[in-house]
Amino acid sequence: MSRILPAATGIAVLAALALVFLVVPTEADMGIVQRIFYFHVSSAWVAFLGFFTVAGASAVYLWNGSRGADRLAHAAAEVGVLFCSIVLVTGPIWARPIWGVWWTWDPRLTMTVILWAVYASYLMLRAFGGGDEAVARYAAVLGIVGVLDIPLIMVSVRLLRGIHPAVIARNEGGSGLVDPWMRIGLLVSAVALILLAWWLTTLRVRSARLEEELATLRRRLFVRPGEVA
Amino acid sequence: MPGPPVRAEGLVRTFAGTPVLAGVDLALDAGEVVVLLGPNGAGKTTLLRLLALLLRPSGGRLALFGEDATRASPAVRRRIGYVGHESACYADLTGAENLAFYAELYGVAPARVRDLLDWTGLDGAARRPVRTYSRGMTQRLALARALLHEPDLLLLDEPFSGLDPEAVAQLQTRIGELRTAGHTILLTTHDVERAVPVATRLALLHRGRVAWTRAGGGADAATIVAAYRTVIGGRA
Amino acid sequence: MRDALAILRKDLRIEWRTRESVSSVFVLGVLLLVVLTVAQDPEAEQAPALAPGVLWAAFVLTGLLGIQRTFLLERENDCLAGLLGAPIDPASIYVGKLAANVVLLGLVQAFVLPLVGLFLHLDLVPALPGLIAVCFLGNLGFAALATLFGAIAVRVRAREVMLPLLLLPLLVPLLIGAVQATRGVLAGGLVLAGGGITVLAAFDVVFTVAGWLLFAYVVAP
Repeated sequence: MSRILPAATGIAVLAALALVFLVVPTEADMGIVQRIFYFHVSSAWVAFLGFFTVAGASAVYLWNGSRGADRLAHAAAEVGVLFCSIVLVTGPIWARPIWGVWWTWDPRLTMTVILWAVYASYLMLRAFGGGDEAVARYAAVLGIVGVLDIPLIMVSVRLLRGIHPAVIARNEGGSGLVDPWMRIGLLVSAVALILLAWWLTTLRVRSARLEEELATLRRRLFVRPGEVA
Repeated sequence: MPGPPVRAEGLVRTFAGTPVLAGVDLALDAGEVVVLLGPNGAGKTTLLRLLALLLRPSGGRLALFGEDATRASPAVRRRIGYVGHESACYADLTGAENLAFYAELYGVAPARVRDLLDWTGLDGAARRPVRTYSRGMTQRLALARALLHEPDLLLLDEPFSGLDPEAVAQLQTRIGELRTAGHTILLTTHDVERAVPVATRLALLHRGRVAWTRAGGGADAATIVAAYRTVIGGRA
Repeated sequence: MRDALAILRKDLRIEWRTRESVSSVFVLGVLLLVVLTVAQDPEAEQAPALAPGVLWAAFVLTGLLGIQRTFLLERENDCLAGLLGAPIDPASIYVGKLAANVVLLGLVQAFVLPLVGLFLHLDLVPALPGLIAVCFLGNLGFAALATLFGAIAVRVRAREVMLPLLLLPLLVPLLIGAVQATRGVLAGGLVLAGGGITVLAAFDVVFTVAGWLLFAYVVAP
């Protein structure tokens, strides 16, 4: 498994790049810049999946205290915030040439910002909450509450429609994928990024486990027999 | 409920990766008064908080009244009374209000509050905010709070610290009365002389482990002090 | 839930004795209101439009600073150990603290709301029932999350910055809902505020239940 995943990821990413930049036709209205859309949207899907992973792993951790679940939650949060950042960076890159503004408060982008902030607060808690093992539990609570917040964010953000109606109308219509190759392009990009995220998460989980083992060994090494460190 | 008050085997507790308790074996039987000696940092408070079910063991086994500590029922909680370094009493409420609050949580009759205020000699100060109490008075209030629900096992963390000689004598008397009444008591201190008169058994906690156990019951304080120094003084 | 009531009464009694939280939080609320208004320096005609945003920004910020107190209270003298040693359901502690926070924030709202009308040239009286309803819903949702995370924040390092850090992203839907609902109520009554009120109500239900279920995991040994 540990060799299939990187290989599959590599193939998928190459396929996605090839499709998006070589095969898929240029979009009529938006031009070449639109190609970034495939990675923008796929990253958003990955960020969401990451969130659900964090929540699921957190729930498992609270249920049975499994350290593996805790490591997975932490790793998924780190990878999730990465892909969330990609969405937030590619968004303006896409928006600026097309609509002339760097940022829009359209529901999906707004939701992504809030999601990013929740991820970030999760990582801050783990980083600066102190060394007590209870911090893992608190982070798990945050992970679960965060995912419960998502539907509320989605609904409330639509209430903001009053702010930039013109921009939103344009944006909502923007994902009309006319050519079947475009749909394939999106699908392959999504698969590629999901595999990439999965692979990165497993790497991160493995490195976390090794860090913990290293700390245990180090402790045992520097303690004389019969003494407490 | 069957089962001896405390059975701890190989109890481990780590904090941020460092072991504070590194394999503690301790057994308490009903009616004992065990004094846990040890210098600061030996892990006495940690051990007591583990027994009070305020902390979870990182390793080893702990059974309180026959029940596994990690799955302790509320019934077991009712049999334990804990007095820590701090009083667990609200400084802005009066002594009586504090006891009445806890009495309500434990489902204990108001008469018991009056009895305990009497027994600890606090009935005069009961209507004053705890903020105005002396160290000795706060200590007594905390003891009253821990006794509200008539626990079988009483855990006292450094009860003698900060007390003047008269207060110490009063506390020793009260511990004697509690023992006669059938309570099991575990108390910690680093002051050997004050502890010896009340103890049925003494144990020394050093670097996260129990170094030795001695019988109390009239043991000579000097002998105990010597045994203490051998362990503490000998290894820097 | 008798235990929750006991805890609520205890907190209210302590608060009544010292009046520390209410007074400092009230003064804070007024100050924030002034700062937020003055920083925008609105013309008299534009001022009323700012009201919903200013109102809720002031509440949230005041609440963040004021709520820390309810758990710091338990930290002093290790009172939380006393509560946890008692044979009560930890969820009762959550409900009790939640109720105490709702009362505290409600008092702040009662003072700050008229001041908003005053500073921003708004006649609040026609919309008062709707405003009270919206304020209560917002209050409850805020307290539900703040009580849960207040218990967490007080037990970790970097605690002053941790509570806002954890709470603010999660509170965004509440803020949006409350502002939209307030705007609707001021414009023409509860009907216009429907969307915002739905969000607020949903928020309240989800997080009161979530807090009630998850609190035990926060205070577990």
